[in-house]
Amino acid sequence: MTKEHNFSFETKLLHNEHKFDPTNGAVSVPIQHASTFHQHSVDEFGKYDYGRSANPTREAFETVIANLEEGTNGYAFSSGMAAISTAFLLLSQGDHVVITEDVYGGTYRMVTEVLSRFGIEHTFVDMTDLTAVKQAIRPNTKVFYVETPSNPLLKVTDIRAISDIAKSVGALTFVDNTFLTPALQKPLLLGADVVLHSATKFLSGHSDVVAGAIVVNDPDLAKQIGFLQNSFGAVLGVQDAWLVLRGMKTLSVRMDFSMKSTLKIAHFLQNHPSVKKVYYPGLTDHPQYEIQKEQSEGAGAVLSFELESEEAVKQFVELTEIPVFAVSLGAVESILSYPAKMSHAAMPIEQRLKRGISQSLLRLSVGLEHPDDIIKDFTAALETIAAKSQGEKVR
Amino acid sequence: MYKNETKVAQIGNRSETQTGTVNPPVYFSTAYRHEGIGQSTGFDYIRTGNPTRKLVEAAIADLEGGDQGFACSSGMAAITTILALFESGDEWIVSRDLYGGTYRILEQGFKKWGLSSTYVQTHDVNIIEQAITEKTKAIFIETPTNPLMEETDIQAVAELAKKYNILLIVDNTFYTPLLQRPIELGADIVIHSATKYLGGHNDVLAGLIVGKGKEVCEQLGFHHNSIGAVLSPFDSWLLIRGMKTLALRMKQHEKNARELASFLKNHENVVDVLYPGRGGMLSFRIKKEEWVNSFLQNLNLITFAESLGGVESFITYPATQTHADIPEEIRFSIGVCNRLLRFSVGIEDVEDLIKDIDQALTRLSSEA
Repeated sequence: MTKEHNFSFETKLLHNEHKFDPTNGAVSVPIQHASTFHQHSVDEFGKYDYGRSANPTREAFETVIANLEEGTNGYAFSSGMAAISTAFLLLSQGDHVVITEDVYGGTYRMVTEVLSRFGIEHTFVDMTDLTAVKQAIRPNTKVFYVETPSNPLLKVTDIRAISDIAKSVGALTFVDNTFLTPALQKPLLLGADVVLHSATKFLSGHSDVVAGAIVVNDPDLAKQIGFLQNSFGAVLGVQDAWLVLRGMKTLSVRMDFSMKSTLKIAHFLQNHPSVKKVYYPGLTDHPQYEIQKEQSEGAGAVLSFELESEEAVKQFVELTEIPVFAVSLGAVESILSYPAKMSHAAMPIEQRLKRGISQSLLRLSVGLEHPDDIIKDFTAALETIAAKSQGEKVR
Repeated sequence: MYKNETKVAQIGNRSETQTGTVNPPVYFSTAYRHEGIGQSTGFDYIRTGNPTRKLVEAAIADLEGGDQGFACSSGMAAITTILALFESGDEWIVSRDLYGGTYRILEQGFKKWGLSSTYVQTHDVNIIEQAITEKTKAIFIETPTNPLMEETDIQAVAELAKKYNILLIVDNTFYTPLLQRPIELGADIVIHSATKYLGGHNDVLAGLIVGKGKEVCEQLGFHHNSIGAVLSPFDSWLLIRGMKTLALRMKQHEKNARELASFLKNHENVVDVLYPGRGGMLSFRIKKEEWVNSFLQNLNLITFAESLGGVESFITYPATQTHADIPEEIRFSIGVCNRLLRFSVGIEDVEDLIKDIDQALTRLSSEA
């Protein structure tokens, strides 16, 4: 399919250059397990020579994600962290990274405990505060690292503003687009240079594959990332590439449904007396609601909320019946996480509290269950907790 | 204590009691449900730990005589994960004759981060000792080397490494634990491109690390999870499936390689045959550089492809394939010339292999 189509995003998920196999017409991309490929001449190698360098199944996922992000080149990795680690390999000793302060715990760990040993410096800033971002710039700043909405506090960073700042000092902007996916936000179109994904989450969406991706839209960066992907070799397995492709076919419908449910649940939580605070950029009183509306087509399907106490959180987790209590997010099943001990356990407690990731904070990734069932489940749990604490007070 | 032949056949059996399955299930789940806060089954998130991957990790640790195994998405991912143990200013001493991909990540990757490498002939312990400086933190050896098939005395190097308090890392891809167990000879870390003999069927890309000692294993575990270059559950299962026939395959590879080595030695169009007497890999130089392409195109049975260690026989041309990233002058100086071919001898009938090589070589003289 060489014709240029101007399909909308929903259609592109299904109709792309891999919609059927050129040799036999199969409508699902075949899984090419071959680790190596026969060569016909010493002087001229075929497009594929070794599975780590290129594989047709992995390539199908790579071209699809590049296309969806409106970039030129995509690269698939064995996990989101493998994608992030590979992207950081662009840096050299003596370089500096300005990074969003409530970043995913795994990225925090990579930057503070691995990159620092190789002489790569970092400054954590509140990326919503552009003055603070500018103040963090050093002569050796090479990368601005953004998560938006951030994890787990759902702060929204103005991607265009950060990209402009980065460009003015000759640095690159990396955006982790895991929470929204290109279905809702396309960072490259807003000026970012490198888009990162934990494809384990919404892209594949079924809690059955761990995967990562990088997308760029610059030939020089593409060459560098391609070189690093092959050299480092943290590539995605072929079966997994196929599973991600399969999951992505329903990305739009999943995202739409989950997002509507999330807003409904956010309103419910906001109006509940036992809930102290709700973090969701789809709520009109979210501090960056306008930026979110301007740069994306929706606020996604993850929210966080704070209960009265750590004890209440503990009970809530035990009392709720629908969401799975587990790490991870972005699945057909709703997943309830406790950042303090799960996604952000790698962050020291004082750093966590400084960032507002309290001991009574829960993160909810909303799945495909009926939102009313979730609300009913939560209502019952919160009532039991309230009754219990009332009882204790009386005693 | 069972022999390695028994261990490989039994990988994954008795791993589960509920159904009694002999062949382990593939666990795709990315997340694991917790009953409550702080109540984990031991599995939380797939990158950190996966029951299917855990089986292959335990198996390789057991086969190599190490304490803990780690499965990675490729052999190169295994090497890069190990490189994360070090820091700016550290130095490695590395086998001069080395897989091009390892050379590339050291020279074009980790050099940027301040980790430098010195390349020496590792078969002579004195040469290694002379290269040690205060900053040397690891010795990395391939034995036999790729593609020149030079063997290194692991025990002697291990003693040297202990004397200077340096880590010894051995790439055991070519021999596998069936022929060589570096940890038992004193190495600290063993790595594998499991894509090769361990997987053995040219259908899975994988890497393995085995560590010996608590501190090394803890650090490896941390970086394996932090960097995230882990092996997928399905690929872990494929690797287990491949490893079950490893002992049988290695025997046949070696038997065929021995016969081919002596056949090639006596062929008039072959100059040198490099075969250490063990395993299924050998290299040879043909008489004239201009014959290389015709020779490869003359082959009817043996595949011209990059990679090795599979059931199918492969011939590789290091100059433009595996070692293309090593600058030509360095490549020539160590003997990886443009007449050198690397042969991964498969498990086909050896007479068929000899016939194919013979006709391809003999046609060269008549063409010239």
